[in-house]
Amino acid sequence: MRLRGTGVLITGGGRGLGEALAHELARRGARVVVTARTEGEVEAVARAIRAEGGEAHALVADVADKDAVYPTAASAAALVGAIDVVVHNASTLGAVPMPLLLDTACEDLERVLAVNVVGPFRLTKAIAGAMVLRRRGLVVNVSSDASVSAYPGWGAYGVSKAALDHLGRIWAKELEGTGVRFFTVDPGEMDTRMHADAIPDADRSTLAPPRVVAARVAKMIERADEIESGARVEAAAWGGR
Amino acid sequence: MGRQVNEGWRAARWPRDDAGAERLLVVDPRAGRFAHARVRDLSASLRPGDVVVVNDAATLPASLRGRTARGEAVELRLAARREDGAWTALLFGDGDWRTRTEDRPKPPPIAPGDELRFDGVACRVVTVAGPSRRVAVVRFDRAGAALWSALYRAGRPVQYAHVEGDLALWHVQTPFAARPWAAEMPSAGRPLAWSLLLGLARRGVRLAHVTHAAGLSSSGDPAIDAMLPMAERYDVPRSTVSAIREARASGGRVLAVGTTAVRALEGAAASHGGELVEGEGETSLLVGPGSCLRVADGILTGMHDATASHFALLQAFAPAPLLGDAYAAAAEAGYLAHEFGDSTLILPDALASR
Repeated sequence: MRLRGTGVLITGGGRGLGEALAHELARRGARVVVTARTEGEVEAVARAIRAEGGEAHALVADVADKDAVYPTAASAAALVGAIDVVVHNASTLGAVPMPLLLDTACEDLERVLAVNVVGPFRLTKAIAGAMVLRRRGLVVNVSSDASVSAYPGWGAYGVSKAALDHLGRIWAKELEGTGVRFFTVDPGEMDTRMHADAIPDADRSTLAPPRVVAARVAKMIERADEIESGARVEAAAWGGR
Repeated sequence: MGRQVNEGWRAARWPRDDAGAERLLVVDPRAGRFAHARVRDLSASLRPGDVVVVNDAATLPASLRGRTARGEAVELRLAARREDGAWTALLFGDGDWRTRTEDRPKPPPIAPGDELRFDGVACRVVTVAGPSRRVAVVRFDRAGAALWSALYRAGRPVQYAHVEGDLALWHVQTPFAARPWAAEMPSAGRPLAWSLLLGLARRGVRLAHVTHAAGLSSSGDPAIDAMLPMAERYDVPRSTVSAIREARASGGRVLAVGTTAVRALEGAAASHGGELVEGEGETSLLVGPGSCLRVADGILTGMHDATASHFALLQAFAPAPLLGDAYAAAAEAGYLAHEFGDSTLILPDALASR
């Protein structure tokens, strides 16, 4: 996917990987729309990108809010033209410290699924139809190794990411041959606030800076036709390419 | 118009669950006959090599209810965004869609320079014109992401009194909506589920699109309604021009989905000496009986109360007596009208395989 002049929508763009990816894609010429719940953060990200000479617009939205789906999709298209790339990066861990399943409130599980699975589904549904008409589109799901490994305490988050991975596979099968592609990226462990919330005593020197991972994901987006649609890929594998 | 076609129509008052099961009146002007079908049967009327052109405009939350600086209630219905960032709009008085537009009170007196205030956003009136001074050009107090966020917070879909409840934004989006250019839903595309469209594509029918800024369909004021539709913006992408060229070369037909797709295609062709050319433009073209269609062979459209202007447009695709008979039969069969209603397909050889 050529990024120059391409409309890109990144959810959860207020900090962490989303923020770094917004900068990286804008540097490569993409017209970027970032969304996040916190107005101050998402606007600061868009301002910083514009100060670097890139194009970025900020929308305040909660991906779990179904009333925000069409406003987000349409506002983004109004600002940068038809959206060719969506990055579902917004995500929640649920309750922290992360509880055992027996201690997980059902409402917390529902909230995690709403943010990490239902939200990306709704937004994809609102955008991918127009992508099929244009025969051009890429949907990127940001996942985690918790979607394949069963870590105690990571139940709600882990099942939500496993569902997101599988959603990507089924989207890919259903839209095979349409020019609309999907992939899921496992970014690996990053030095972000989310990681600190999940594992407060981690040795930060072992964690990848988000900008390093963002550069890998940007490369994956640019060379998405080398990735089988629906595949789940570790960002680390794209480090040396 | 050969007969009274408004009689006997019931309105669809709310979106139905299974769009594929909605009725489809199939009119074949070459065979001179019509038949009843369902939307999901559309593929039986299409052949490999045909091209289906939809309007991918998303529908704006174009109805903004607010107040003048003097505190008078007013509703602003956005019709179109102009190139300079201002908007053309229609002004209504107190009340909302529950009152038929023709029964709505007139807007309070509004002059250039007046401010209109809505929930979280305001606009300045640049000009007011037209019959009863209800056609306004306004400029909002913000731009870019701040404006779009504010419009989506303050606005509601434009809707009319035949609908039974408040519509949400998702009720008025087609399955392929992209840029928010339409003041009202380009509703002919609404029943086209992706299972149907991908099935057509697998059979070798090409899918193509235009973006057309469908405006407001009704003001309730006969003098203003006579001015509708106003000039509307369109964008014809290169891929659509080549899909249509390839279809033509292989003997395929061009099916325009909705009057807005017809206006975009024919308007674009008319402004380039009859040849369809890619790019953006604005068209005031009115299609009617005797219009020379340069691009579209057929149309898929909703059953729109068979108002005079809609029926006139259909006569560009089929003769009035055939349309009159078909519409009378549809009304008799209980077809539903308006944006959530049933559909009509008018296409040469649509019934060739039936």
